[in-house]
Amino acid sequence: MNLLKQLLGIIWILLAIAAAYFCVFEFGLPKFLSDQQEDLVFGIIILFILTPLIVVGMGVFGYYALIGEYNNKK
Amino acid sequence: MSKDSTKGIWKVISASSMGTMIEWYDFYIFGSLAVVISTKFFPSDNPTAAFLSTLATFAAGFVVRPFGALFFGRLGDIIGRKYTFMATLLLMGGSTFLIGCIPSYDTIGFMAPVLVLLLRLLQGLALGGEYGGAATYVAEHSPAGQKGYWTSWIQTTATVGLFISLMVILATKNILTPEDFDTWGWRVPFWVSIVMVGVSYLIRKNMDESPVFAKAKKEGTTSANPLKESFGNRYNLKFVLLALFGATMGQGVVWYTGQFYAMSFMKTVMNIDSSQVDELLGIALLLGTPFFIVFGWLSDKVGRKYIMLGGMLLAILLYRPIYRTMYETTDLALKTELLSETKQNLEINKDKDSIYTTQKTYNDGTFLIEKKTHFAHKKEPQITKSITINLQDKWALIFLVFVQVLFVTMVYGPIAAFLVEMFPTKIRYTSMSLPYHVGNGIFGGLLPAISTYFVTHAKASGKSDYYLDGLWYPIIIASVCFVIGLIYIDNKNKTTHL
Repeated sequence: MNLLKQLLGIIWILLAIAAAYFCVFEFGLPKFLSDQQEDLVFGIIILFILTPLIVVGMGVFGYYALIGEYNNKK
Repeated sequence: MSKDSTKGIWKVISASSMGTMIEWYDFYIFGSLAVVISTKFFPSDNPTAAFLSTLATFAAGFVVRPFGALFFGRLGDIIGRKYTFMATLLLMGGSTFLIGCIPSYDTIGFMAPVLVLLLRLLQGLALGGEYGGAATYVAEHSPAGQKGYWTSWIQTTATVGLFISLMVILATKNILTPEDFDTWGWRVPFWVSIVMVGVSYLIRKNMDESPVFAKAKKEGTTSANPLKESFGNRYNLKFVLLALFGATMGQGVVWYTGQFYAMSFMKTVMNIDSSQVDELLGIALLLGTPFFIVFGWLSDKVGRKYIMLGGMLLAILLYRPIYRTMYETTDLALKTELLSETKQNLEINKDKDSIYTTQKTYNDGTFLIEKKTHFAHKKEPQITKSITINLQDKWALIFLVFVQVLFVTMVYGPIAAFLVEMFPTKIRYTSMSLPYHVGNGIFGGLLPAISTYFVTHAKASGKSDYYLDGLWYPIIIASVCFVIGLIYIDNKNKTTHL
């Protein structure tokens, strides 16, 4: 189980990178550059709040998992 | 448990739950009255006012709540739970009451939307601080092995707050004429708040500080810098991240889908009459609410993990079939129109807009009113539909929403106990509040925007069941959360830090 937890750490880091791409290029920037005021608010929230949280948070979580921080101690 | 201690804990539960319920009520009436508020404070033909409106609606839910969690969480871990969540109660109640007192845009111009925005931000801050305090306060009073049961009462407050907000608005609308409601009656639900807050304040004022925190303070073991200890310390930070990605992130999207997405789907995609949606949602919430207690209690017996993850898994697997069935309930292509009962009418209003109204009745009793407005000064006509469903369909939809509320109760009922047990007393308020409000406010709160993006894309690509694509967001987030929770969270029934 500990090995699985550590290996999945790589998946979480990759997921953080994929989330960064989608949050910035698919959701955030198109809304940020939109003419609609409502979209602009969402663009700001997605780019400056959601993206850092997901990317940094998930990345750090993956790193901790990879180095065995979540392993069951004997 | 002795009679005295049972009486004591009920006092704690009622004081805490009532205040938290009022805060949710305050928070939701703004959303429930968004349409009328926008006409009074945010004229749509003014782009700056429209921008402020979006900020007021979403910023308070997304951005400010986690900041409130940090600000009040820190205070709660330094000066105590009781005084902090009394401060959040007064802040929320005062802001809500004042929103109801602000003169309209027509009277004071731009000051109106600016004041509403400021007060709405204060509401978000207060809400960010309230929940963690109430959950911590109750958990720290609860006997060992019963924290799931007792904190589940706090978990009912969000749904009850939403329910009461719908009922107060419905009652005000029923008592007043539509003109009176539009002129001043919409302010009544905001004013009602101050009475409830006053009562709740008096009850909370007489409560004692949490015994666990009082002991820690007496022994000098409270934290001088809870923010640094919560997020600057690797040992605590890893649990904050686990709480977010393995529990609250999935719980947040299930909560928002089961209640708000369902409501918005019925109103905007299925075009069901707004009052009928409020009514059937109210019934489903009422039927589902006791299950918060049931699953909270059950989590004391079998552990928090599998109940929360079970709720997430059911949601992941059943959302699409549930929403497909809901959609088919009002799919007019599947019904036969009674042509002899069709009525049409043309009206020209004072702005010289032509309004064509068509009323259609279907063989199963479904009734449709379609309005097509050709504006005198706009090229694009506006089409609005309002469907009134028959009794059988109404109960079918109540059942389908109720099932979603059940998923909500599974993921949400045990989560307060789960979070408070994860962190030590000295940083509990801070550490549990942040993942809760990021999971709910940000992951849950962004659901409408991101789901709309999926639906728009699916519609543009010509998918026949495009209306289901909005569900990919909660399904993907809940799936990631489910896997993380399943692998990394221990199913400890016994408490870790309490």
